[in-house]
Amino acid sequence: MSNTLLKLEKRTAYTLVLPAVILVFAIVLFPIFANIWISFKEIELKDIRIPEPRAKKIVKSISDDGSELKVVYKLRNSSLIQEIRNVKFQDKFPKNISILNLDPRCNFKSKKIICDFGNWEAKYKENFEIILKNINDEKIKKEIIKSQKPILSGKSDNPLLTTNFTLENFKKVFYESNFIELLLTTFYFTFFGTVGAIIFGILAAQLVNQNIQGRSYMRGILLFPYVGPVVALAYTWTLLLDPNSGTLNALLVNFNIIESPINLLGQKYITISILGFDFKLRLALTTVIFFEIWRYFPLAFLFILARLQAIPKSLYEAAEVDGASPVQKFLHITLPQITAIISILFMIRFIWNFNKFEDIFLLTGGASGTRTLPINVYQQGFAVSDIGMGSAVSIVIVMLLLAFMIIYFRLIGKKANEI
Amino acid sequence: MKFKSISIFLVISSFFLTCILSIWKIMSTLQGLNFTNLNITGNFLNGIILSLLFVLIGNRINHLIKIFSLSFLFSFLYFYFNETSPYWYIFGVFLIILFFTNKLKKYNTKSLTEDFISEKIIFDFITLFGIVFFAFVILFPFYIMLVTSFKTQIALLVNPLDFSLDLSKSLTELFKSYFVIFETYNFSRYILISSAVSIGTVIVTLLFAIPAAYAVARLNFFGKNFLSTSILIIYMFPAIVLVIPLYTVFSQLGLRNSIFGLLIVYTATTLPVAIYMLQGYFKSIPKEIEDAGIMDGQNWFGIILKIIIPLSLPAISSVALYVFMIAWNEFLFSLMFLDNPKSFTLSRAIQYLSGDAETPRQYLMAGSVIVTLPVLFIFVYFEKYLVSGLTSGGVKG
Repeated sequence: MSNTLLKLEKRTAYTLVLPAVILVFAIVLFPIFANIWISFKEIELKDIRIPEPRAKKIVKSISDDGSELKVVYKLRNSSLIQEIRNVKFQDKFPKNISILNLDPRCNFKSKKIICDFGNWEAKYKENFEIILKNINDEKIKKEIIKSQKPILSGKSDNPLLTTNFTLENFKKVFYESNFIELLLTTFYFTFFGTVGAIIFGILAAQLVNQNIQGRSYMRGILLFPYVGPVVALAYTWTLLLDPNSGTLNALLVNFNIIESPINLLGQKYITISILGFDFKLRLALTTVIFFEIWRYFPLAFLFILARLQAIPKSLYEAAEVDGASPVQKFLHITLPQITAIISILFMIRFIWNFNKFEDIFLLTGGASGTRTLPINVYQQGFAVSDIGMGSAVSIVIVMLLLAFMIIYFRLIGKKANEI
Repeated sequence: MKFKSISIFLVISSFFLTCILSIWKIMSTLQGLNFTNLNITGNFLNGIILSLLFVLIGNRINHLIKIFSLSFLFSFLYFYFNETSPYWYIFGVFLIILFFTNKLKKYNTKSLTEDFISEKIIFDFITLFGIVFFAFVILFPFYIMLVTSFKTQIALLVNPLDFSLDLSKSLTELFKSYFVIFETYNFSRYILISSAVSIGTVIVTLLFAIPAAYAVARLNFFGKNFLSTSILIIYMFPAIVLVIPLYTVFSQLGLRNSIFGLLIVYTATTLPVAIYMLQGYFKSIPKEIEDAGIMDGQNWFGIILKIIIPLSLPAISSVALYVFMIAWNEFLFSLMFLDNPKSFTLSRAIQYLSGDAETPRQYLMAGSVIVTLPVLFIFVYFEKYLVSGLTSGGVKG
């Protein structure tokens, strides 16, 4: 191919790819790096607005004939913590108007008042008054004065762009908020959620792969929890599990299986005695893990089923001839064929479960021992409104994720591309 | 040997029967029947006797006559020994036993001596049991969601087990929760917003994804490999780590509480999936067809519009449906970015409703039904497309 054609191909490729790449970089990659920046700053939710000068205009008539008006501007700095420098003010009036009490900071020229207010410190407030008079003693129309909005401008620092950094956030993440427990909860949730989903996925795939009637319906039904909206499903489960009037507890009490209702989502620990030993089980966490399994086993099921259907029937027929039992067939034919897909599923689901936010948030809000790292991002950033701290937690998540991904690509990255 | 396989057969089959009968009893309890005992041992013994009789009778009489008479006999016994129950309940029991005995068809005294018969029995019944179990566990919450939306708070507090529908009520009375959420909670507006955002996301995503996927699939350019790996990596990055920076930036730009802001974010987060799925399909289109297009003097725009898109309509529609479902179900960003009830999406609106402890649960469930139905409808209707799309990479969630 000639050189010009190659160049043309390249140019075409870039024009085709660039819009998508720019959008994804702006919304996905930029925030990941912005997190690093924010995590080194002491910044709270209320600080993120850029401070701006504001004025509220109030017009009162002070003479009987309406030829004199008092205009009050309630000036303030919108920020509680930052100053605004070099505030300029400007307002317009109709013709034939004079100002009786011109402030020394202001100029009145050709129907315009221009003021230079200098610097406003944080929380600055002032009632700035002027009195207008019509030169010909005619009535001034209040509405016209009111409808004109003053223009203010000033310089201020964007609190996000200042360059004072601190390590406080990371210190707090690692030392103050019992980081180890947080990490352990996250790993319990992730690990058992993933393993459970895969085990149920294998079982379901094994079932549907057999010759039964209505197996395509079954496949559709099994995917319902995965495709349904998380809000609806989580609230349905909260209702089902509710200790006061939830169906599950009511059923169990009705059939005398338990004596009194159990608060499955609100109780941190439950003591179970097996063979005389008392075990403390993380009850709310276990319930959330079961919801997680319920919602995501369909995905594992689908992938494993696709793999199972690709296994040549002749393998099983040969085993049949050799007199293999069903268990032997499963162990020696099915299992080796699905180990690759299982390991890929394990890594993918592990990473996604690790980041799961909505499910836990909607079920427990992170209470009763179900606070994981993603929930902590929300709690720090929006409940405690410490944005810097929330970002620091996000950074921890990203670091752990990168570690997982490196492991993932080292171990099975090549296999993933094959399937 | 024969004794062992027979006993395994009896135990497993009656265990299965007990399970279905228990589920039937639970479902009937939810219709307001006053059972307080699952009667597991009784059902289990019944099951053993039934299976034993079945095997002993063997092929001496016609299969149909056999199962009908056995079912009839056992339902009658069940009726006789158990607490009083309405006829529809007993009819259900009859059908269950009929189904069960029909499943026993291939077992008789002869077949129970085959090789590995005990393992085969276990596999067979575990399969049956598994199907019943999975169907029950999956459908039960959906069932509860649906029936709760037709009940009233008071009725549910009085008897949390009675989900029976009072069909004597007028339709307006029955669908009251739906009328209420549309009239007082403004759900029609939320449906409109959700649809606008989802459909908008689909259109914009496809607009960006089709050219990009074409370039990745067909053209050679510097950084192509880097791009296709970064698509995979970005696809793994979670929304939760994007939330804080996006929140701050969107606040400063005034994009929070706007449908436009939501649209940008949804598009950006679904683009990697869309590109990944589409480029896989584009690669499978024979290159000769495009070469013919080039001969005809088409530029890349013409090739994409006149050749690629018509040829890959199934894949494109599968991606479109998939993106629609992601955008429709999305919750995290709508939670973070929307706090003005005027711009809520459906998911956010339901979450907002639940924030008020006073909101009766039937309204919450009616809202849930409304947000779930379109997705399930799309899924059931287009299942084939979607399943192939899911397995070819669209697995985020």
